[in-house]
Amino acid sequence: MCGIVGFLARRDADRERLGQLVTPMLECMATRGPDSAGLALFHRPLPASRRFALSTRDRKFDWQALAESCQQELGLPAPVAALENHASLISELQPDIFKPWLTSIFPEVHLLSTGHAIEIFKDEGHPEEIARRFHFTEMVGTHVVGHTRMATESAVSPAHAHPFTAGEDFCLVHNGSLSNPYSVRRKLESLGIAFETDNDTEAGCRFLEWRMREGDTLETAIEVAQSELDGFYTFLMATADKLVLVRDAFACKPAVVAETDDYVAVSSEFRSLAHLPDIKHAHVYEPAPEQIYSWSV
Amino acid sequence: MVSLKQLDLTDLSVRQVNEYLHGELLEERPARVEILNPDGLHSIAAGLDTEVDIDILGHAGYFIAGMNQRARVTIHGNVGWSVAENMMSGVVHVKGHASECAGASGHGGLLVIEGDASSRCGISLKGTEIVVGGSVGHFSAFMAQAGTLVVCGDAGPNLGDSLYEATIYVRGSIHSFGADAREEEMQVDDFEKVAELLSRAEMNFDAREFKRVSSARSLYHWNADAHQEY
Repeated sequence: MCGIVGFLARRDADRERLGQLVTPMLECMATRGPDSAGLALFHRPLPASRRFALSTRDRKFDWQALAESCQQELGLPAPVAALENHASLISELQPDIFKPWLTSIFPEVHLLSTGHAIEIFKDEGHPEEIARRFHFTEMVGTHVVGHTRMATESAVSPAHAHPFTAGEDFCLVHNGSLSNPYSVRRKLESLGIAFETDNDTEAGCRFLEWRMREGDTLETAIEVAQSELDGFYTFLMATADKLVLVRDAFACKPAVVAETDDYVAVSSEFRSLAHLPDIKHAHVYEPAPEQIYSWSV
Repeated sequence: MVSLKQLDLTDLSVRQVNEYLHGELLEERPARVEILNPDGLHSIAAGLDTEVDIDILGHAGYFIAGMNQRARVTIHGNVGWSVAENMMSGVVHVKGHASECAGASGHGGLLVIEGDASSRCGISLKGTEIVVGGSVGHFSAFMAQAGTLVVCGDAGPNLGDSLYEATIYVRGSIHSFGADAREEEMQVDDFEKVAELLSRAEMNFDAREFKRVSSARSLYHWNADAHQEY
């Protein structure tokens, strides 16, 4: 199973209450995936700075010490906002300087996402508990993709939870399973692309990000992926200014879209959209197999 | 005698609603039951075996009116996967669109979908009659064994793949046939059948606009000379 949700707010009022709209969507999909959950929140992009989303297994980790160490050793301010075992560090540091420093000084800390807009939260545990721990109802931003996982093909761990990310300001959540992730992985590894888990979704995520780095748009990258990735999928992706949805040719994994003038909402099942404002007048439809649906902020 | 019974899913669970439909309903004998606020919930009005009119007011989830016998269930909205799955008799009428596997494995009764039905509509059909006002998605009537699928719109890829003795009628375009499905000439019986089903479904199309699709029956027996080229 697994549950996916996505929401793109078209008006400022809904961006201010994004968390109140999206959290019930995610919690409702706990029945499809109770072992892990996560979401990628897209803020208004920071013009010069990046947001580095961090996590560790230690719920009492001293994030302030990490921020101070970062500023002292790398020479740029790095204010940190911490939520238990997650933190968001904002800095003008370049990723190719920050990442190796983090890995060498704080190997127990995992870099979840990097970008001007993206911030990822994910962990193992029941989706309701994760939503409460990370104060999802208080989220403010332009769009969100979220996931509730029922593991079928690799371990239950924070690193195996979705969303997966690669590069900057890009993430993917997946309902389904790929049957050729290892051949995709071998192809990418030969190009110098490193993997963090043995999860099939990570192969899809890194494949798409590799194509975009090679110059494809996300839509073109998906078209290439459709011929290279084998298996079942409903993929929901986001970049700093877009929400993108695609299902495989057999469409074995469900998805429902609801659109109004105010928002685009996507979920595995309609019931997680039922609480949304004006849903009775929304355009509700099932996305067609292999068709790429893209909505801009 | 109660003429109208209202059950609100904001106050009751699906289990409580279904317990009423299987229990107290038989004592109260209401002429009609309205189920309010379905909000995408699954398995509403499943397993009914009573002559009663049920209206579900809103969008509903998976397995709505599954295994239905005798009841007439109308859904005033869209439905999720597998509406009227394994229906035996009665009528299930969807005013909106239906997701995948609508009417799967149904043995009898009538399923009407006013909007579109997604992929695998009527998969493994065993006798139910299905009328879809809009279009159907890929692999519809896959391995359908008996019964009828009437499509007033278009049919997606691989229509009627591995079809047995069910018959498909399509008014619009057919993207492609699945293995062993083929178009055949409409006969007098076909026009009568389509007209009868359109009438029962209250759909105003001309039976003369429909094409007949049925099995070429070349998959019925193993052909050792076919070299897997079916």
